[in-house]
Amino acid sequence: MLIVVPEVCKISNHVGGNMGSKSVVTWAGVSAFTLYSSMAVGQQSKYNFPEPQSVIAQDIYDQHIMLLWICLVIFIAVFGVMFYSILKHRKSLGYKAANFHHSTTVEIVWTVIPCIILIAMAYPATKTVIAMKDTSSPDMTIKATGYQWMWGYDYLQGEGEGISFFSKLSTPRAQYENKEPKGEHYLLEVDNRVVVPVGKKVRVIITANDVIHAWWVPALGVKQDAIPGFIRDSWFTADKAGIYRGQCAELCGKDHGFMPIVVEVMEADDYTQWVAAQQSASAVKTSMHVENK
Amino acid sequence: MAAVHGDAHGHDDHHPSGIMRWVTTTNHKDIGTMYLWFSFTMFLIGGFLAMGIRAELYQPGIQILEPELFNQFTTLHGLIMVFGAIMPAFVGFANWQVPLMIGAPDMAFARMNNWSFWLLPVAGTLLVGSFFVPGGAAAGGWTFYPPLSTQGGLGVDLMIFAVHILGASSIMGSINIITTILNMRAPGMTLMKMPMFVWTWLITAYLLVLVMPVLAGVVTMLLTDRHFGTSFFNAAGGGDPVMFQHIFWFFGHPEVYIMILPAFGIVSEIIPTFSRKPLFGYSSMVYATASIAILSCVVWAHHMFTAGMPTVGQLFFMYATMLIAVPTGVKVFNWTATMWRGSMTFETPMLFAIGFIFLFVIGGFSGVICAIVPIDIQVQDTYYVIAHFHYVLVSGALFSLFAGVYYWLPKWTGNMYSETLGKWHFWLSMFFFNLTFFVQHFLGLAGMPRRIPDYNLQFADFNMISSIGAFGFGLTQLLFLYIVISCIRSGEKSPEKPWEGATTLEWTHLPCPAPYHSFEKPPIVK
Repeated sequence: MLIVVPEVCKISNHVGGNMGSKSVVTWAGVSAFTLYSSMAVGQQSKYNFPEPQSVIAQDIYDQHIMLLWICLVIFIAVFGVMFYSILKHRKSLGYKAANFHHSTTVEIVWTVIPCIILIAMAYPATKTVIAMKDTSSPDMTIKATGYQWMWGYDYLQGEGEGISFFSKLSTPRAQYENKEPKGEHYLLEVDNRVVVPVGKKVRVIITANDVIHAWWVPALGVKQDAIPGFIRDSWFTADKAGIYRGQCAELCGKDHGFMPIVVEVMEADDYTQWVAAQQSASAVKTSMHVENK
Repeated sequence: MAAVHGDAHGHDDHHPSGIMRWVTTTNHKDIGTMYLWFSFTMFLIGGFLAMGIRAELYQPGIQILEPELFNQFTTLHGLIMVFGAIMPAFVGFANWQVPLMIGAPDMAFARMNNWSFWLLPVAGTLLVGSFFVPGGAAAGGWTFYPPLSTQGGLGVDLMIFAVHILGASSIMGSINIITTILNMRAPGMTLMKMPMFVWTWLITAYLLVLVMPVLAGVVTMLLTDRHFGTSFFNAAGGGDPVMFQHIFWFFGHPEVYIMILPAFGIVSEIIPTFSRKPLFGYSSMVYATASIAILSCVVWAHHMFTAGMPTVGQLFFMYATMLIAVPTGVKVFNWTATMWRGSMTFETPMLFAIGFIFLFVIGGFSGVICAIVPIDIQVQDTYYVIAHFHYVLVSGALFSLFAGVYYWLPKWTGNMYSETLGKWHFWLSMFFFNLTFFVQHFLGLAGMPRRIPDYNLQFADFNMISSIGAFGFGLTQLLFLYIVISCIRSGEKSPEKPWEGATTLEWTHLPCPAPYHSFEKPPIVK
């Protein structure tokens, strides 16, 4: 599969060459079909988005697949005609050039059809945009703040209110300096994960302290730039418990590649326990702080 | 105008020799040649930076470039390729071809033409030289978003100055092209009889005049934010970092069409020539080009879907962006209809033109996918976007430039290039290009952000494939250099009309090579 994919483009363009055109076309077709099927069927495919874990991520996933099929159909229609022409209408076969150069009817047809296809694409996308933007009535609210180069989280509202911590890359330096073998979650692991309960609407308020960052968790379908001095928001409701990893998606300087985001989604009971543990830990910290004064 | 004509008549082939010929020249052919060599030099430098990036990304871990230097490489790769390689190359084509194709003796403002070229090496030196100043080159990406770009050192100031100079050069070049096209066409050549390449450049030049001052404005604001205490882009002083993005992309999106419309023009000359059939739907091609140019001015915020915009804003920019697919589709259909029932041959220019259409359409598909807001939320700032814009800028703009060079080399030099090596150049470029960039779609979908020097192990195999492709693509371009040099030095003498299907004035009215002064008496176009 790895090698076949770039070959699709090269080989189907080679149809004009000396190779048997039928076998080439068949091979290109089979490769394209394999690629598309592997995207559509295998949910954990290497060639597609990570497995969606929220309604929005699922919408995005489905629309992407739909668009790929539409593109494939257009691709076959346009290049079918073009490569037929390249094969048959060549001087070396003694083909004499026609002299037509205009047809208003044809021009209108191939302007109107794309418009209709675009409307078909825009309709579901519009619904998803409206849904993505609706951050109203969340079950809980977390503020994520981008720093050079880590994330800070404050639980502002809902169960766990008052919890606050920083979240830094926990991959040891020796790993990216190639002095130690790299682990499975190389560059995608942190000291403190953002923990949220499953099935609850979580509103994430996003801002930054210094330069622009972006808070991105692919499996949850959330990406929002973190802009210093301004507040933006987004939301997700995780379908399943699990650990979902993402990265900063806006160039923010030297260590832009080293400030991952890790969200741990817990069952309701586990989450309650986690909150209790965090709050007692922070109570200890606060009392120590007071005593020291 | 009269003065310019009189001036041209006073000369003959005598010009200063040696370096002074090139420093003082006002001849559009000399200046065009210099533009093309300059852009190829910058292409090699930008390519060297790309090789550095791909070498670092060859495997996980930091091996060659420390993160800070890596960011300088990506930033300067983008700036040099966009402003130093692609744009000047198209201006070089305009200098050579616009007067030849409209039957004019030279460009309208011959001395300004000299000046707009000689600004370029200055700007190029500033960009390349910024690697050697304290703190190194700019490292905030070629889009230099503040506040990150406010943090950089002297390298950022050098970059701002270089962008100013490049902008001035582009504006002068565009004014020259507009004036030449509108005033100096041969008698009988009405606007709707102009070759398509001239049309696309006319529209491109208007776009340049419209947006380059905006870029100059935004870099000036950045400069005063950095050094003179203003707060245009600093929230603490009442400014807004996102405003920079709006202004930058108001320039930046028309800019991508500035880099692709002349490419459409070149391809629209080559396809009919080698199909031996007139361009299908000439007037709809003109209207499609104009529609793309106008639409390109109202879609800028599709680069900013993740910056946070009201729902209505996102929907407007999504619809407007999707609409661009319509005139672009019209162009592809027209090219296909031009080939249909033609009598085609497949010399190197035609191969690159077909390669252009094929891969540009793939880039167009990924463009529509990126236009859909929900999907863009996932793929924005990932390798998917890198793949998308390299499909339109490398296999789009660059392939059309290769096609154009092979097409017009006989006219420029009087010699033929090696057809065998030209075909090798095409097939190797085609293979390695796809090897490099097709897999980057998968990297982006799987979640690899752009502009990172190191990555998780799940991205390792595609990155290795991509790097191997990039090294192959880079080496292949040295073959191109060899082909051009050996064509100039020892190429076979070109026949008077090497392409039997060519119908434009430079092929029908001028010998190969075109004389130093051509069309001193304008041809009559029927």
